[in-house]
Amino acid sequence: MSCKRMENKIVAYVDGRLKDSERLEMEKHLSACRACQLRVNEFRAVAGFLDELPQIEPSAAFDVRVRARVAAEPVKQGWWAWFTPSPRVAFAASLLLLATVWIGSRPTDRTLTAADEAQINQDLPVLENFDVLSDFGALTDLPQPVQPEDTGDSNPDQNQNQQQNDGQNQTM
Amino acid sequence: MARSDVQLMLDVKAGDEQSFELLLQRYRTPLVNFLYRMVRAREEAEDLAQEVFLRVYRARKDYVPSAKFTTWLFRIATNLALNSVRDNRHQRMEISLDAPVTVDAEDGDEKVMDIAEKHPNIEQYMVEEARRKMIRHAIDKLPEKQRAAVLLHKYQELDYGDIARILECSESALKSLLFRAYETLRVELAPLVARAGK
Repeated sequence: MSCKRMENKIVAYVDGRLKDSERLEMEKHLSACRACQLRVNEFRAVAGFLDELPQIEPSAAFDVRVRARVAAEPVKQGWWAWFTPSPRVAFAASLLLLATVWIGSRPTDRTLTAADEAQINQDLPVLENFDVLSDFGALTDLPQPVQPEDTGDSNPDQNQNQQQNDGQNQTM
Repeated sequence: MARSDVQLMLDVKAGDEQSFELLLQRYRTPLVNFLYRMVRAREEAEDLAQEVFLRVYRARKDYVPSAKFTTWLFRIATNLALNSVRDNRHQRMEISLDAPVTVDAEDGDEKVMDIAEKHPNIEQYMVEEARRKMIRHAIDKLPEKQRAAVLLHKYQELDYGDIARILECSESALKSLLFRAYETLRVELAPLVARAGK
């Protein structure tokens, strides 16, 4: 085995993850190659240094935050959720049912009283001529109304003269 | 007997919220750690981990156990982390490497006063802390995909097939990715490697 072929197996050899056959092959090479032997020793030292780093503990708030975020997740519902009982749906359905019953229970056919019939008979001529009355176009063809010649209060000067004449008549 | 991840997820699918809680308890720490090492910001890592759990919950109705649950979970986490790293790249570049050294959040955001109380041998503690900082810095310098490969391989102990599926690459490509990552780490950590070799 060449040194180049060894390279990718050194780490696995250092942490004991090589298959038996590969391990034996590696050890055979190492016994004859001083450079690779040195590298294995150095990699082993590096692996040991990595073990020296201490672990940290998550903060006390960590679990609380995870739980809060999970609890805040919206609940996903499948299409079958439409058929599961829901207070809101039940309330809406009850209101709809009550409205339907109320509308259905209202009287649809009223019988006329004698007073109703008398009122209708009184209004009948008007109703019969409704078309004519509602068409005001014919009224525009009528001649202009005649203005009265003297209404008595149209000219204040004349009124004053009249009052003077009346006064004279009284003194005479 | 503890139920398997797949069984728990199927129970969540059937409407059992308690099973989701069990999955949360099982994976909260590994997920937050993985994301923290990917994005290097605790608050952001927790936000992303929350998002992962939320996506798992949202997908419960469509869940089909075609792959391992962890593969699916870390695939979501990796995608979110890679997107976040890429989105924040410009912002990160502005942060100076000479920024004042603070005690890392991996030790629980300790204050300077607490360090002396908790670690009687302060000198030894400072040496160890400088060593851890160097290791973290070396991991940070890896390209995102190599970093994800190393973290999934080293800390989640997933097998090559699972990691390859998470990173959407072939197994041989993954092995090559890991080799290059370890090579970079070997160079970055050369002072420590040299000391370890003595």
